Amino acid sequence: MEIKDKINSLIKENRICLFMKGTPDAPQCGFSMAISNVLKHLNVNFKGINVLDDENLRQGIKDFSDWPTIPQLYIDREFVGGCDIVKEMFEKGELKTLLKNKNLI
Amino acid sequence: MPLSEEKIKELIKEAIPDASIEIKDLMGDNNHYSAVIKSKLFNNLNKIEQHKLVYKSLKGKMGNELHALSIVTEGK
Repeated sequence: MEIKDKINSLIKENRICLFMKGTPDAPQCGFSMAISNVLKHLNVNFKGINVLDDENLRQGIKDFSDWPTIPQLYIDREFVGGCDIVKEMFEKGELKTLLKNKNLI
Repeated sequence: MPLSEEKIKELIKEAIPDASIEIKDLMGDNNHYSAVIKSKLFNNLNKIEQHKLVYKSLKGKMGNELHALSIVTEGK
């Protein structure tokens, strides 16, 4: 499968999809841990995809989003942001509102 | 090779001339920074577009030579 198709199906199958280094239970990077903790704190179900398991995916997701860093958060197939943006949205209460509006919380 | 604070500022200024930039070297290792960047260019852009503008100014260094730069962007 083309990497683009793989990413498309991942973000289609998982309404909240976090591309990260490591897993939600064992993050391998502080930034990935930060977003993962935010989502856990908000008590939402999310799928963590470990890009370290797949070098094609690690580069593929950067190209797909036109975004140079990981983690990357997708909600309902839409790129929400990386660590800085998600953290900022969380602090301003915007992330909670977004999730509520989508009935994900 | 790590990137100096001055070099980061220079690259951002090249692409975003009116930017006011505050950078902190978080660990004193020229490798983990946080920056607050304000510019008129951000005014009508959403956060993703604002951050992309900063990443583009760093010409592919983000995620490579530059391991970690956390950014906060604001309009002016």
